[in-house]
Amino acid sequence: MEQPNQSYINSLSGGDEAFKQQLIDVIKKEFPEEKQVYFDNLKATKYKLVADNVHKLKHKISILGLEKGYEVAVAYENNLLEGNTTLKEEFEEILSNITAYLEKI
Amino acid sequence: MNCIVIDDEATARMIISQLCSNVPSLNVIEAFPNAMQAIKYLNQNEVDLIFLDIHMPDFTGFDFIETLKNPPKIILTTSDPNFAIQAFEYDCIVDYLVKPITQERFNKAIAKAEAKQSKPVTTNSNEKIEKLETTSGNDLYVNIDRRLIKIDIPSIYLVEAKGDYIQVKTEGKNYTVHSTLKKIADKLPDSLFLKVHRSYIINIMKIIDIEDNSVLIKKDVIPVSRSNRPELMKRLNLL
Repeated sequence: MEQPNQSYINSLSGGDEAFKQQLIDVIKKEFPEEKQVYFDNLKATKYKLVADNVHKLKHKISILGLEKGYEVAVAYENNLLEGNTTLKEEFEEILSNITAYLEKI
Repeated sequence: MNCIVIDDEATARMIISQLCSNVPSLNVIEAFPNAMQAIKYLNQNEVDLIFLDIHMPDFTGFDFIETLKNPPKIILTTSDPNFAIQAFEYDCIVDYLVKPITQERFNKAIAKAEAKQSKPVTTNSNEKIEKLETTSGNDLYVNIDRRLIKIDIPSIYLVEAKGDYIQVKTEGKNYTVHSTLKKIADKLPDSLFLKVHRSYIINIMKIIDIEDNSVLIKKDVIPVSRSNRPELMKRLNLL
């Protein structure tokens, strides 16, 4: 399975370790909050809001270099806007993957 | 350029601020998590450039633009390339950046913003060519049936107003687009295109011949209004 990486973050930081760590800290704080809102809205079957949550999460997915994951998120967001949850499992696997990665770094 | 960042995502605000910090001409004054805070700020302060997220809860980026009487230059930042269609409706929008934004792509957007800041004030042809390159390159994207279709600008030979639509005629194909002559005129380089009648813009490079009050382009005979004729004649390389 595709693994998160820091390619984009490294390129953005240009060797500025302080910025890099600060950005990772912000992602570590923001990602679990966004994920929780996603699960809350999903539980309430508010699919339009869930689509919004996926939209926001997909930026994190792309920042962490998950190109295939990003495509899944785009397709899943579109599915949600049409009122179906196809690709839910695949998307949530990406979230789990990122969660595990952020705990490691 | 003094700029502000509006994005509900802290990560995005931080990334855009970092991208700005690598461009000496940019000075990020504030970063706002929502449009309302930015509106309050802009009621009392002026900025040259806004980095604006489109997809925000309650108040979208486009809602925000609608509230501004004299919007400064705006660079849209979004994870959704589909909004590019709507972005063409606003003259203040300089560029459209899809996240994750690279420094290279960001720098191009800034170059466009800077070029727009120093608008050419004369009709020097070199300046107009520069305007073509910096505002839209050689391509124009039109929205047809929810698809963005790329048109090679020099291949356009005629644009005709048809009610709420315009017909864009190119060497290969014709396109009917929901827009106005004024909007497309703003996107076309003055060095190539001229409005010769209230319903027609022509590519002067494609003229075959001119009679008193009409011009032949391809197989189309286009009327030239009396008021536009002097400008047309001025643009011709007359022997």
